[in-house]
Amino acid sequence: MDHMSPLERILRAVALALVVLFFMFPIFWIVLMSLQTNETILRSPPSMAFVPTFKNYAAIIAGRLDSNVASMSIQFMGNLMNSVILSVGSVALALVLGVPAAYAFARHKFKGSEDIAFTLLSFRFAPPLLVLLPLTLYFQSLGLANTYVGLIWVYQLICLPLILWIVRGYFEDISPDIEHAYRIAGHGWFATFRKIALPLAGPGIAAAGLLAFIFAWNNFVFALVLASADKQPVTVGALAFVTASGIQYGQIAAAIVMSIAPTLLLALWAQKYLVEGLSLGAVKG
Amino acid sequence: MSVQADMPVMRRSSRLSRTMLPYLLSLPALLVCIGILIPFGTAVYYSLQRYRMSQPWNRGMNWGENYLNFFTDPDFWNTLQVSLTYAGLTVVLELLLGLGIALLLQKRSRVNNFVSIMLLMPLMTAPALAALMFKLMTNSNFGILSYFMQLAGFQDFRWASSPDTALLTVILVDVWVYTPFIMILLLAGLRSLPTQPFEAAALDGVPRLEQFWRITLPMLSPYILTAALFRLLDSIQQFDIIYAMTQGGPGDKLMVFQVEAYLNFFQSTNVGRSAALLMILWAITYVLSNIFVKNWLRLRERARGEA
Repeated sequence: MDHMSPLERILRAVALALVVLFFMFPIFWIVLMSLQTNETILRSPPSMAFVPTFKNYAAIIAGRLDSNVASMSIQFMGNLMNSVILSVGSVALALVLGVPAAYAFARHKFKGSEDIAFTLLSFRFAPPLLVLLPLTLYFQSLGLANTYVGLIWVYQLICLPLILWIVRGYFEDISPDIEHAYRIAGHGWFATFRKIALPLAGPGIAAAGLLAFIFAWNNFVFALVLASADKQPVTVGALAFVTASGIQYGQIAAAIVMSIAPTLLLALWAQKYLVEGLSLGAVKG
Repeated sequence: MSVQADMPVMRRSSRLSRTMLPYLLSLPALLVCIGILIPFGTAVYYSLQRYRMSQPWNRGMNWGENYLNFFTDPDFWNTLQVSLTYAGLTVVLELLLGLGIALLLQKRSRVNNFVSIMLLMPLMTAPALAALMFKLMTNSNFGILSYFMQLAGFQDFRWASSPDTALLTVILVDVWVYTPFIMILLLAGLRSLPTQPFEAAALDGVPRLEQFWRITLPMLSPYILTAALFRLLDSIQQFDIIYAMTQGGPGDKLMVFQVEAYLNFFQSTNVGRSAALLMILWAITYVLSNIFVKNWLRLRERARGEA
């Protein structure tokens, strides 16, 4: 299989370079834009020769946009904080709810267990607006409209199925004999769960939690429908920012970079776990 | 399953608590389940009503009328057509590109591993933010992609603001974000294929192209099918990219199901029509997801068996 002609080698290298260029260029370009003033961004033809400036980032962190016309205050840091609260909160809740359920589904085939598991999985594939639009009306009467609690609960739509189905696979892979042995030695089910099952499924739980965090962070539609400005995460906040600030392109780019940086860095840091989770359990890393 | 917890030595727990345990463990998840099924039921109910928030006095059951109206509603057929075109084109393009890239990266080497890690980045970018990135890059004043188009001889290529190229622009964003997903799944598939058939074919002097058509592709087909179905399910419901890019415009060029339903609900406040639209989308995804889950579980079982 390894006999490649020189021509094929070159063609492959060119193709690979094109692939990298296509997928990396937008990120590269946005980072460049975020380091420029509006003057250099608007130059024609575009050029990569400029003196980098961190003024855009400073303006966003300080929350003030100053242009020669006027100055306006923005709360993008608030959006960033909301993203952290919503993503961390949803993943934590999904782990607390999902891991015990995953264990139950993996270890005890009880009446209706498959039905519940499939219903939860089907939420992942149903159109989110189908649930969200009626919820806007319910949330108002329940007092959950525009609260973190309400949003975190809705985020379970994406986080819980993910945790349940990935972690369940890991629990099923643990040989029940190990648990039997531990229980015969006189330990209760909870000790067995905590001391045996949880540590053995640890990598799977980490992978599922990581993926759930990224999906929660990247979610757009839940908060667009259910949150007002003060509770919106970066995905919705960035869109509002574009509409509001119009032509402050450098700052828009900086805001986008700050919004995508957390998930990108997380992905680079934990790529092995991610690949395992993303390939839908079709590969064991 | 061989995992029944009927053990002879069980001291502290009574039989009752043993049978209740799995229910107790899954109860919280079950409650969330029910909490989500209620709004779903509400949506079904709304879809059978004449319900505009602007005309509360006029509200009432009209049973299947919202659905029947779709047959003679050109906007509905436009929505269906745009959604199917978008889903079809993105999935086909992403499959071809993803398969191509997976084949390029199949051999484990430093460069290939590095590239496959790099390709995770678009997939980790929020689709709504990816759309904003491309919006900046296709801005007619300073966008780098508009500049490239100028160099290529297209003087006034207006990307998402032109009815002719709007679909192409959002498809480009979708391809950028999601091709890596298909690539990852197919790469995992390629690397898990047994080597013997290829060795045998090589010994018999079977040309490489024929090996690809006769061996690689058939053996990879369960992975291709799973990836395609999964993307199709997501793509037919695409909202983030399209809403962030043009909110369904220009005109109704990009009015896919969820964008149309969102605007129906919040702008024209036609709750009944919005719910009925989403029910139709749900029916489509329900069928697709059942096929998907069957394929996926089979694939997962196989991967387990080999591991």
